[in-house]
Amino acid sequence: MLNLSALLAGLLFGLGLIVSGMANPAKVTGFLDLAGRWDPSLGVVMAGAIGVGLVGFGLAKRRTVSLLGAPMQLPASTAIDARLIAGALMFGIGWGLAGICPGPALVAFSAGAPQALVFVLAMLIGMALHRITAGRR
Amino acid sequence: MTIDWSAFTPWSALIGGALIGLAASLLALGNGRVAGISGIVGGLLAPQRGETAWRLAFVGGLLAAPWAYRLVAAMPRLRFDSSWGVLIVAGLLVGFGSRLGSGCTSGHGVCGLSRLSPRSFVATLTFMAAGFATVFVVRHLIGA
Repeated sequence: MLNLSALLAGLLFGLGLIVSGMANPAKVTGFLDLAGRWDPSLGVVMAGAIGVGLVGFGLAKRRTVSLLGAPMQLPASTAIDARLIAGALMFGIGWGLAGICPGPALVAFSAGAPQALVFVLAMLIGMALHRITAGRR
Repeated sequence: MTIDWSAFTPWSALIGGALIGLAASLLALGNGRVAGISGIVGGLLAPQRGETAWRLAFVGGLLAAPWAYRLVAAMPRLRFDSSWGVLIVAGLLVGFGSRLGSGCTSGHGVCGLSRLSPRSFVATLTFMAAGFATVFVVRHLIGA
């Protein structure tokens, strides 16, 4: 049941990315280009997602066990440190360069875009590099 | 700033966004997990017992989305403006940065803000600012 629920969540998430236009990198850079002709769509996507998410996570935060009986494992860290800022800066620069973040990359890859395949491979290498360097600390 | 009204798609953005929020809520309420794509994928690179199946299922659902969408309508065109070199650099930065900062647009942006997490709020402001600045430099200073 847990895997079915995760599959459905992934499917809905991906459909949301396609319907909202966020699987399209040009749409994302259209939002990030404040000084050009600005497309506010991404802001509306975030508002819609957070509007629904506030309800879902508001309910989830009160639980100790999920509806399907799994332990609640929502992030517990509250640290605002150099790692968080450095990571977010790197992520934001990469996101701005190509207009692609991990979810849309996977959806666009599955839709058959060769650029997304290249991006996903580089992203996996980046994640692996982090794992290697983090392991040395 | 001039708003590009011809590109602005508020209704599909709102509906798609609500679907994303619903998906994140489902994973939180059903599985007790946060729908952070970089965290879910990153966890597959360092497999731990009991931590692989649900991650694969979620990624499988994500990958199935374009195929499910095609059952109902034609996939919208996806436009990539970056060169292959930029795609590689961007992918490396997104992969490394999202793991270092423990999240991306989904984990910090959607789920973190929905959880009212100050840490995710700071991360989201930071990567948004970096994204705005990067596009400004690339499009208006370098003029690519």
